[in-house]
Amino acid sequence: MSAREEILANIRRSLGVTGAEAPRRMAVDDRLAQARSGIIPQRGQGDQAARVATFKDEAERAQASVVEVETAADAPGEIARFLRDSNLPATLRMGDDPRLAAMPWSATALDTAHGASDGHDLNAVSAAFAAIAESGTLALVSGPDNPTTLNFLPDNHFVVVAASDIVGDYESVWRKLRGGYGKGAMPRTVNFITGPSRSADIEQTLLLGAHGPRRLHIVIVKGA
Amino acid sequence: MTETPTSSHFKENAHAALHDAPLQKALQHVRVNFIDKRAKAVARLPEFEALRDSARDIKDHTLANLDLYIEAYEARVVAAGGHVHYAMTAKDGVDIVLKLCHERGAKAVTKGKSMIAEEMGLNAALEAAGIDPIETDLGEYIIQLRGEAPSHIIAPAVHLNKEQVEADFRRVHRDLPSDRDLSQPVQLLTEARGILRDKFLSADIGVTGANFLIAETGTSIIVTNEGNGDLTQILPKVHIVLASLEKIVPTLEDASQLLRVLARSATGQDMSVYTTLSTGPRRPGDPDGPEEYHVILIDNGRSSMLGGDFEDMLRCIRCGACMNHCPIYHAVGGHAYGSVYPGPMGAVLTPSLIGVEEGGQLPNASTFCGRCEAVCPVRIPLPNMMRHWREREFERHLSPKAMRYGIGFWAFFAKRPTLYRLSTNVAMRALHWLGRAKGRFASLPFAGGWTRYRDLPAPQGATFQSQWRAKSGSVH
Repeated sequence: MSAREEILANIRRSLGVTGAEAPRRMAVDDRLAQARSGIIPQRGQGDQAARVATFKDEAERAQASVVEVETAADAPGEIARFLRDSNLPATLRMGDDPRLAAMPWSATALDTAHGASDGHDLNAVSAAFAAIAESGTLALVSGPDNPTTLNFLPDNHFVVVAASDIVGDYESVWRKLRGGYGKGAMPRTVNFITGPSRSADIEQTLLLGAHGPRRLHIVIVKGA
Repeated sequence: MTETPTSSHFKENAHAALHDAPLQKALQHVRVNFIDKRAKAVARLPEFEALRDSARDIKDHTLANLDLYIEAYEARVVAAGGHVHYAMTAKDGVDIVLKLCHERGAKAVTKGKSMIAEEMGLNAALEAAGIDPIETDLGEYIIQLRGEAPSHIIAPAVHLNKEQVEADFRRVHRDLPSDRDLSQPVQLLTEARGILRDKFLSADIGVTGANFLIAETGTSIIVTNEGNGDLTQILPKVHIVLASLEKIVPTLEDASQLLRVLARSATGQDMSVYTTLSTGPRRPGDPDGPEEYHVILIDNGRSSMLGGDFEDMLRCIRCGACMNHCPIYHAVGGHAYGSVYPGPMGAVLTPSLIGVEEGGQLPNASTFCGRCEAVCPVRIPLPNMMRHWREREFERHLSPKAMRYGIGFWAFFAKRPTLYRLSTNVAMRALHWLGRAKGRFASLPFAGGWTRYRDLPAPQGATFQSQWRAKSGSVH
């Protein structure tokens, strides 16, 4: 008997079932197929303007900084400004996401690089799949154009998100993922990010920048 | 286990902990911070109590159908290109990890924080096999340097003060200038970040735990604040996920319900900084991520807990709220429990894992104040379950003789009301007469445990029952 069979047999013995009961199978299949929502907090709900306002408040509570710009073309200038004001080098790594590729980076003094990080980059920018008003959380997905290393290795992480992609709750992100990848399938990595990296492991003192980014700067693009 | 459990010496451990000045200083942070932060987060979310019900119901449903959800989960992991391994015992789990390491010639393994890895004693096993295990969570890194076990399930180094951490860093990080300033926590964090960054980039295999496994999609979820779990799983060529059976939940929607109560109960955050969903290995065209993705599903006693007195314990999502609110934990810290899991959840789970003979003292480490159950996000009836264990300990004649005879003596009278009233009346009058001078006793036979620390007030003369009768009589 394999360990798998032994464990399943032990579970069934403890539960007093055989695994062949049709009603149990139906209940499980139905739950997996329907994926019904449970309780969704009111906090993140409302029209787009309300969601953007709540997202901003919640992200700032989690020590992220948030700025709104009018169009996608304004994002590179905002990132260049942040780096300048923070006395940080004007370097920036990014993936090949078409939303970022369409932005006028050459109009700034930023020295851009492309692809995954090897741990030697100070700054990186990502494009968000969605953002969640409820808790000020960004949702980033991996793929050929979106390296996951950019979300964790650089000291300063910039994330550009369209106001129209700011949803109320996690459940809306799952629906959007199912729309894009199919029911039951997922991107390899989905990163929910709420504020910059932190630790309180030494005397419960909250410190930012434990292993991941020390700063998280979110640029909301109001127009499409 | 990382170390041999010392749960059977809880009394001695607790006594030592109460007289450990640095420990008592460190524990002050637990008493204040965790409770206050959780209360504020809960107050901000009107739906919190309803979410607790929802979280409990999801776990109960999953446990009742665990065999079917495991099958569904496995099919999805395989469809995404991952591998699922099964381990009946902690040792079987260790053997699978070692085999994966050996086959790939691994020399260094980075680790995200994982309680099941503690349960398995994975670090000791890796070291014995000539493989370097590197804990990457800041708290876990600190206690690994000290050769200690975690004293808390989400804040493993909560028993330490910054001066102790500084001394350890100076002892181990010999290549750094000896005159560097390490007096502030931020300096300690920065030093650890620098040292661990190189380890992340050079590790052969990354091992993480899992907060949840999603049957619908074959996804594993880890929840962290530091980002160490992510660097552990995206940089090495192989990602190994360790998870006990009860981590499975049906759908992404179900996971959302649990995520909404997890961080609030644990650290008082609405969401932890990083909630990461991983499904299978790197895809074609992906610029980064692990080439192999393995999940080891570990039973180690769980399947036997189903359907029994302790099934509810399998709802636990390891938030730590029960220990954060426990007066016993506040007084003695986590190490006194002598097991991987401390606090109320540890007092219930440990006897299930290591047997009531070894762990039977832990369910007695409770005042039955009920705060643990009041804050548990999945509403585990922890005090009730501790009571179950006490009964089993008593039935199996494992409790101390003095206690057994004492209870037997009391029970003899309690079952004979007339005799009980007569004897207590006599005893109370006698004690009242003996203590009439001072109104209290500084010492008394059979009550040394009490009078060593404070006086015992002398009875007023009449028993409660006789006073009650007198009072009722005067009213009617």
